[in-house]
Amino acid sequence: MKILVGVKRVVDYNVRIQVKPDGSGIATNGVKMSMNPFDEIAIEEALRIKEAGHAAEVIAVTMGPKVAQEQLRTALAMGADRAIHVETDDDIQPLTAARIFKALCDKESPKIVLLGKQAIDDDNSQTAQMLAAISHWPQATFASSITLDGDKATVIREVDAGLETLSVDLPAIISADLRLNEPRYVKLPDIMKAKRKTIDTFTLDELAVEPAPAIKILKTSPPAKRQAGIKVESVDELVAALKEKGLVK
Amino acid sequence: MSKVLVIAEHDGTTLNGSTARAVSCAKELGLDAIDIAVLASDGCSVSEQAAAISGVNTVILVENPANEHAVSALLAPQIEALSDGYSHLLAPSTTFGKDLLPRIAAHLGAPQISDIMRVESARVFDRPVYAGNAIITVEAPEGIVIGTVRTASYPVAENGGSATIEKRELSVELPSHTQFVELSSGGGEGRPDLQAAATVVSGGRGVGSEENFSVIYGLADKIGAAVGASRAAVDAGFIPNDHQVGQTGKIIAPDLYMAFGISGAIQHLAGIKDAGTIVAVNKDADAPIFEVADFGLVGDLFQVIEELEAALG
Ligand SMILES: Cc1cc2nc3c(=O)[nH]c(=O)nc-3n(C[C@H](O)[C@H](O)[C@H](O)COP(=O)(O)OP(=O)(O)OC[C@H]3O[C@@H](n4cnc5c(N)ncnc54)[C@H](O)[C@@H]3O)c2cc1C
Repeated sequence: MKILVGVKRVVDYNVRIQVKPDGSGIATNGVKMSMNPFDEIAIEEALRIKEAGHAAEVIAVTMGPKVAQEQLRTALAMGADRAIHVETDDDIQPLTAARIFKALCDKESPKIVLLGKQAIDDDNSQTAQMLAAISHWPQATFASSITLDGDKATVIREVDAGLETLSVDLPAIISADLRLNEPRYVKLPDIMKAKRKTIDTFTLDELAVEPAPAIKILKTSPPAKRQAGIKVESVDELVAALKEKGLVK
Repeated sequence: MSKVLVIAEHDGTTLNGSTARAVSCAKELGLDAIDIAVLASDGCSVSEQAAAISGVNTVILVENPANEHAVSALLAPQIEALSDGYSHLLAPSTTFGKDLLPRIAAHLGAPQISDIMRVESARVFDRPVYAGNAIITVEAPEGIVIGTVRTASYPVAENGGSATIEKRELSVELPSHTQFVELSSGGGEGRPDLQAAATVVSGGRGVGSEENFSVIYGLADKIGAAVGASRAAVDAGFIPNDHQVGQTGKIIAPDLYMAFGISGAIQHLAGIKDAGTIVAVNKDADAPIFEVADFGLVGDLFQVIEELEAALG
């Protein structure tokens, strides 16, 4: 059984991003880039499934410019067996990403596709669900636990009301939430070993993927700033301030 | 004629308040009609609540035993069947809407606009990216416009409406590949709902333990507040996941948000940007939470809560 895992190159989660003054986007020059944290969790989960004897191969997939191969190398260093890079300089939106994954599923026939529940740059949270839709496969999003049993997976999902358990037939698409696991650290020898692993490259044309209708970004602006507040010296002062605003009785 | 279909979120008996917030967003589109789709096993009470929201024209009720639990793989084909003739399709950006709507959009071959926070025109919207640290203005391409509504950006639409309720039978085949097993909620019954409460008392890693969280609950109960938490507090097992506030938890807009022992990471702040007044109590005077707090108090949270309880006595 194969597991396909999505890996997206994003601005590192610790970076305080800056909106460009001309509204054309955010400043990325010299900014630290990393693997989307949710994708790191997805890779980790795939590796654990393989280590438990339920999968034979973990394949990491990214789409984007050449430099995105850095994130594939990280995935390979963590333990993925091989990688696929769909090379494009275009902005890939979720529906097109889903179509690319679908084309790769047709090629590789994985039993599980594990994606992050959202990318921390566009915060869309769509690709897993869209891939499930066009594949007519089950989806189990926002997963905090995955248990495999033959041709089925039992997935605990983090939902607004608490924890929901679904049972899905494989093949299925699962999206990883934060509490699914804690990703391993990569060690230097693994980074060396990863250099010898294969990365196959495709273009959208080679995969016969038609880009989906796209949403046009007209401008990027900084968010409204909250007014800076004050420090109070005591609980009495705090309570008086809140009472004045009618926020406590 | 252009009209919008809003997908109702409910638990079988009660319409979730996020639906009426999505209706508030729908009103700003300036279309000819606003309809609500209620998919349920026995949807009478939910459809009546939906029909009472002012500004709604028709509530379309689809009753099917398969709709007892909201399983997206089963709901999606039914909504697709209903979507014919609509120019817009909206759902709240809750875990319900986030899970369901992309599945519908992909089948219809349309992109989705997630977390609509402002309507500029029927095709142009603002939405947050990078945990709310940038806002993009986007234009939907030709065809049906599909979007989730950032509920913290919209008020609950008022009641007073009297929409028509129209029962609909659908002959769509539903897949059998996905089975609902169970839903376990993290407790907190009897306390206000985190996403609807006027006041939220929240605890972070600084609270220290599950036992210590009783002081957070104690203060919340005293002032009738809902209880929230940071990711660190949830990860550490102090409190169940459904209390998490932030980029990947709940995005809330209470009148008063009180943060105890929370440092103020950008991912946490993403969830409280729309709060009316933010109070932060932290023993570290340099904690970033103070940069957004209206009232900051440097001190030990346990001592502060004790004094607060006495003062609010
Ligand atoms: C992809 C991603 C998504 C994330 N999503 C979220 C999210 O949705 N929500 C979220 O909250 N986080 C999220 N995080 C995590 C976030 O980055 C922070 O790690 C987290 O918010 C920290 O929680 P905290 O403030 O409770 O803990 P800490 O940062 O450890 O802060 C604890 C604070 O408590 C104070 N303190 C300790 N003891 C006391 C005391 N006795 N009295 C007063 N103050 C005290 C300390 O001074 C400190 O400031 C996410 C992270 C990533 C990478």
